[in-house]
Amino acid sequence: MTTTSTRGKTPKAPARAVARTSPEAKAASALLPAERPIRFLDERGARVDEHDGYGEPPVELLVQAYRKMVVGRRFDQQCTALTKQGRLAVYPSSHGQEACQVGGVLALRADDWMFPTYRESVALATRGIDPVEALTLLRGDWHCGYDAAAWRTAPQCTPLATQTIHAAGVAYGEKRKGNDSVALAFIGDGATSEGDFHEALNFAAVFSAPVVFLVQNNGYAISVPLAKQTKAPSLAYKGVGYGVRSERVDGNDPVAVLAVMLAAVEHGRSGNGPFLVEAHTYRIDAHTNADDATRYREAGEVEEWRTKDPVARLAAHLRSVGALDDALEAQIKDEAEVYAANLRERMNADPVLTPTDLFEHVYATPTPQLVAQRAQLLEELAAE
Amino acid sequence: MSTTALAAPTVTMAQALNTALRDALKDDDRVVVFGEDVGALGGVFRITDGLTRDFGEDRCFDTPLAEAGIMGFAIGMAMAGFRPVVELQFDAFAYPAFEQILSHVAKMRNRTRGAITLPIVIRVPYAGGIGGVEHHCDSSEAYYAHTPGLKVVAPSTVADAYSLLREAINDPDPVVFLEPKKLYWSKDEVSLPAATAPFGRAEVRRAGTDVTLLAYGPSMPVAMAAADAAVEDGWSVEVVDLRTINPYDDATIEASVRKTGRCVVVTEASGFAGVGAEMAARVQERCFHALAAPVLRVAGYDIPYPPPKLEHHHLPGVDRVLDTIARLQWDDVPFVGSR
Repeated sequence: MTTTSTRGKTPKAPARAVARTSPEAKAASALLPAERPIRFLDERGARVDEHDGYGEPPVELLVQAYRKMVVGRRFDQQCTALTKQGRLAVYPSSHGQEACQVGGVLALRADDWMFPTYRESVALATRGIDPVEALTLLRGDWHCGYDAAAWRTAPQCTPLATQTIHAAGVAYGEKRKGNDSVALAFIGDGATSEGDFHEALNFAAVFSAPVVFLVQNNGYAISVPLAKQTKAPSLAYKGVGYGVRSERVDGNDPVAVLAVMLAAVEHGRSGNGPFLVEAHTYRIDAHTNADDATRYREAGEVEEWRTKDPVARLAAHLRSVGALDDALEAQIKDEAEVYAANLRERMNADPVLTPTDLFEHVYATPTPQLVAQRAQLLEELAAE
Repeated sequence: MSTTALAAPTVTMAQALNTALRDALKDDDRVVVFGEDVGALGGVFRITDGLTRDFGEDRCFDTPLAEAGIMGFAIGMAMAGFRPVVELQFDAFAYPAFEQILSHVAKMRNRTRGAITLPIVIRVPYAGGIGGVEHHCDSSEAYYAHTPGLKVVAPSTVADAYSLLREAINDPDPVVFLEPKKLYWSKDEVSLPAATAPFGRAEVRRAGTDVTLLAYGPSMPVAMAAADAAVEDGWSVEVVDLRTINPYDDATIEASVRKTGRCVVVTEASGFAGVGAEMAARVQERCFHALAAPVLRVAGYDIPYPPPKLEHHHLPGVDRVLDTIARLQWDDVPFVGSR
């Protein structure tokens, strides 16, 4: 019987030296996120110097972001109210995540592509999409209410992480056509466990596709906390294994989100391939109206995150630089109220649905069987 | 110098498929071919042989080894205006792409009310009879055929392989193109480009008067051989080749069964809840009063695909088809029992 040379000793992986000098280690270091999440503002909105070389976005853009965030939050509240009134089948709130939703979209051009999930209602509104069309999925009229091609905005994706590969593919396709548009894929922390996310990172890197993956890490996948989701030091570290430049950002600091997103988009636009952004944020409301968040998180945790509110932080910053005063604040609040009132009024009207639409877009030309089934439905309707 | 100017050249199905891809790449700049090993190697079955060399890395390229990634990437490229033709290397290796195919490829037109369409061809070397070890021989057509929004094609002839693949690439909808592996090396005298009947048209491959055999793709050779052998038993057998499972040609099948009054469905796939069950049900729904006997099915057993040395017991052969024809109540003797 043979014995190994380590007899009597426990084999042990050696502790790593901090300094690494191999070409591979240097290449990996260049992809890694900064030591701390990037931020320009502290939790009260005061300037801090933790932005690691990222440039501050112009103040006009920050004012625009503030406007969109205030309107977005009011929109989100209105949607929750509409759900309670039975006007929406379900609503996944993004209350608390406005900096990510607005910052991600404002970093894009109209000819860039965007891949939202079901939680991106505020992002869709920020994109300029009619809010009623943005809510078509959740009202239950159809699966997607806006013109996905004209808006270059994919239908909201409910299967987790599948859209990240589409984003890589369309980004590569546009590059192949000689266009400099990029693609932005929204994804949550839980979905980073899905295989498709990893295949997307890999494909994007291999084909140097100009795609930005924005992970809104709100700490929970419905009820499962991040600690049960991954043992990675940070979700942003998941990019390194695929050769994807990665960054962490304070997702409740709108200045930082915009700064990093603008840089990430430019990274792709200028031919440097994909970029992964992990934004640390928090969903103040439950997963959806049907969820009970008190079953899995403490009230104190929610209250603590309320003190990091992205809207209040940006307001404090804009006031400190003289870009926001009471008059503008009131004007923006009025805009938000008008937006919500308009939405309320339109959503309170029952939509006119055409049952035979069910057969219109299964194939370019309906099969004979679908033609017959459509006729059957028409007969049933006539008999009603 | 040609002394046989009128004779068509002998072509294998593999060559016909390769030519179809070449002609599509030539005719349409939007066509791109990609997948695992489709570049320098030319695909494990050589269907993409020489395409990267002749059309360049931009038009035919290798991808990372990840089927969901290949499928999702094709969706994105189609959104950007390309017409991707992807190869999923083997039937049973296609399953990682399943969610992308079912939840996105099949539904995108419907979800977006036609704003985004996905003219993608998903080529799948498929089914058994080649002595492949496990996970290389699945009959996966029922999974795709059960999914609204997909077209599902299974050629059985060399000319159809060319013509249906060209049509699939030109089709505005996603097409799952199932290539029977065991027919890759089948030969026929065909002048390419060949133009056969379009999608949705079944073909009567052999005319007969007593019984209709319905089959498609890999099961067509056994149906044709059984029809030949049946002559000795005094039966005149008609053979109908479905060609495209979806769209489905009820009319041609109905006309044949109304003429013969008897029908046997032949599929290599397991019978339970398969495409053969749908074919049998549709015949009975449409031809009940014309039928002199119940529609019977000949299928693979309801077992995981067998190892190579046992697969011949699983695959329907001529004898199993003839035995089934014999049970069609020729002398008013009922066939009892469910297989």
